[in-house]
Amino acid sequence: MNAESPLPESPSPESPSRPPSSLPESPSPSPPESPSPQPPPLLQVRDLVVEFATRHGRARVLDRVSLGVARGEILGLVGESGCGKSMTALAILGLVPGPAGRIAGGSIQLEGRELTGLGDEPLRRIRGKDIGMIFQEPMSSLNPVFTVGEQIAESVRLHENAGRKAAWARAVAMLKAVDIPEPAARARAYPHQLSGGMRQRVMIAIALACRPRVLIADEPTTALDTTVQAQIFDLLRELQRDTGAAIILITHDMGAVAELADRVAVMYAGRVVEQGGVAQVLSAPRHPYTRGLSACVPHLDTGPGGDGGGDGDGDGAGAGDGDGGDGDGDAGAGRRELVEIPGVVPSLFAMPRGCAFAPRCADAVAKCARERPAMRAIPAAAGHAAACWVTAG
Amino acid sequence: MNRGDKLNRGRDAGDGGGDGGGNGSGSGNRSDGNGDRAAGHALRVENLKVHFRGARRSPFRRPAVVRAVDGVSFQVGAGKTFGLVGESGCGKTTTALALMRLAPLTAGRIRLGRRVISDLDGEALRAARRHFQMVFQDPYSSLDPRKRAADIVREPLDLMGIGAPAERRGRALELFAQVGLSAAQAALFPHQFSGGQRQRIGLARALATTPGLIVCDEPVSALDVAIQAQILNLLARLQRDLGLTYLFISHDLGVVQNICDDIAVMYLGRIVEQASRAQLFTRPLHPYTQALLAAVPRMHGARDGGSRRARPARLAGDPPSPINPPPGCHFAGRCPRAEAQCRRESPKLRSIAGGHLVACHLVD
Repeated sequence: MNAESPLPESPSPESPSRPPSSLPESPSPSPPESPSPQPPPLLQVRDLVVEFATRHGRARVLDRVSLGVARGEILGLVGESGCGKSMTALAILGLVPGPAGRIAGGSIQLEGRELTGLGDEPLRRIRGKDIGMIFQEPMSSLNPVFTVGEQIAESVRLHENAGRKAAWARAVAMLKAVDIPEPAARARAYPHQLSGGMRQRVMIAIALACRPRVLIADEPTTALDTTVQAQIFDLLRELQRDTGAAIILITHDMGAVAELADRVAVMYAGRVVEQGGVAQVLSAPRHPYTRGLSACVPHLDTGPGGDGGGDGDGDGAGAGDGDGGDGDGDAGAGRRELVEIPGVVPSLFAMPRGCAFAPRCADAVAKCARERPAMRAIPAAAGHAAACWVTAG
Repeated sequence: MNRGDKLNRGRDAGDGGGDGGGNGSGSGNRSDGNGDRAAGHALRVENLKVHFRGARRSPFRRPAVVRAVDGVSFQVGAGKTFGLVGESGCGKTTTALALMRLAPLTAGRIRLGRRVISDLDGEALRAARRHFQMVFQDPYSSLDPRKRAADIVREPLDLMGIGAPAERRGRALELFAQVGLSAAQAALFPHQFSGGQRQRIGLARALATTPGLIVCDEPVSALDVAIQAQILNLLARLQRDLGLTYLFISHDLGVVQNICDDIAVMYLGRIVEQASRAQLFTRPLHPYTQALLAAVPRMHGARDGGSRRARPARLAGDPPSPINPPPGCHFAGRCPRAEAQCRRESPKLRSIAGGHLVACHLVD
């Protein structure tokens, strides 16, 4: 978190050049295309089911979600709104809004300790202490009537029984750690006196004040400008390297995932449909939904000589079945028609019997509508798995 | 020009719409409007300024003036898309609102086709509004939740008195088809639509009066990525079919590159660089534009593992306040290349090559 630490370093399992220092004893140095058989995850979610009772019946918003994140790792959780990414975060924090909603099955383990079924009090001790959370909207998640210093100190006092003075000192230190200039003065500022980027830094300071082992960042930069987003990404990366926390980055932005994450889980309609190393999933996506998601975003193309990586924008889109050549590379020519994913996400009350994506899927076969595909490992791509009858396995 | 004035103008615009159902003046425009149905208008903006005066804190001190838009000029050819990009607070939305005559004009001239809309006032302005319409960022709050979709779309026709009342429903359904909604959805309320469908309703409403210019203020930023592509493709198709002129505001450079022909980069109320799409993205000249481009996360970074983190330095800090901006180049305080001259003299927007404009002392 110090300015002098070199930027371009962070654990990335697919880079063979450097040992994954912050990953605890990974068994073998991994070949480039396959991230190591993961170290035991710090946080492990298995077959998590969350249901809501509504007027229209029971809605299953999470359907057998399984994912894990290791110490020192950043997991990107991507999908459209309503796909269950935020609900997964809330479930991990024990914040599924009851009584309508409840965890109806599965397990959530933090270092082997089961979190589902814990009472309010133990969960309260875990939240903010072991698992920190950064919310999307920094303005509405900060309390407008307390100074930001008080809000950071509060969590330190609650979780570490620190005295007022010590807690305040920690608050100032945290503000310094998230690169806020004049931290001692800014600690006495109210949220409205800070810019959006500053507020998000304060949120990060609160989340990290008690040195959590897992940090969940729910769209941490969606409300911010790109230049500020880049600053926040740098900050998250540095903090993660310094504290060794595991981060779950929830986002709809594939670019953000490419930039920050080590592994990705793609969610659709309450299910994880693809999971793997970030290079695997982004450059060779297997699930048709992941392919569509990568292809439909207008990626910035700075053309030849742009920024060193000037290999056109065939990248993500190139995976979309041979349409990589449709007029990209020339930023100046006519507009490139974007690949659309037809239709909309299915209603929670009318979920297809088989694969949830089948009604929108160009590759669907009869079996897709009948039977739900399980996650299957992709041969020759360790750690990469997808839930598709047609393209996985 | 002060804050109250701004509010009043805003309300006038709204009220003008609200109470004008039965006015006769709309009929004067009717034929004229249908005549240019399939043609966008060229837009020419000269030296546009929108300043807001703050409260007077003391009788001895001059009230602070926020120069939200400070001398912006550009031209958009008929049927073209002009993009305005920049960080929040740079004045892009205020520019749009000024063009829509929803923000008070401090100075400047706005010409749309043959009309000088900056000179219009009162009833004449109200009548001219049919020629420039707007699509808003938030498809949730920009539709009246108590109105049915078809009534939302036909409301401009009712307010402007366009077409015989009996024909307006038909026209609304025609618009529905144009934006990819079905007639069966006409009787539904906004909450029964998804975000993308709501944005289609907003678009149909904007198209209802056959405008020559549509101002799109972040039209896809509130939508899911998979839906963004649908709306962008729809906007492009409508432009092809109807010859519309778009002013397109976005902070997403990927989106801007996809849809805009020419792009202006704004910083603190001024245009710092303006160029065609090809020029701007392959050869950005202003250090601010370069920093903006560098800040965009790239998909292809993931592929080459380590190299994704090797990139130009970040812009530090936030843009300065538009109240009392520093002398000289507004960007100098954050600029990695700033020199003494930059802090002294404000650089003029000048032409470098083939219509590529840049305001920077350091670019030759």
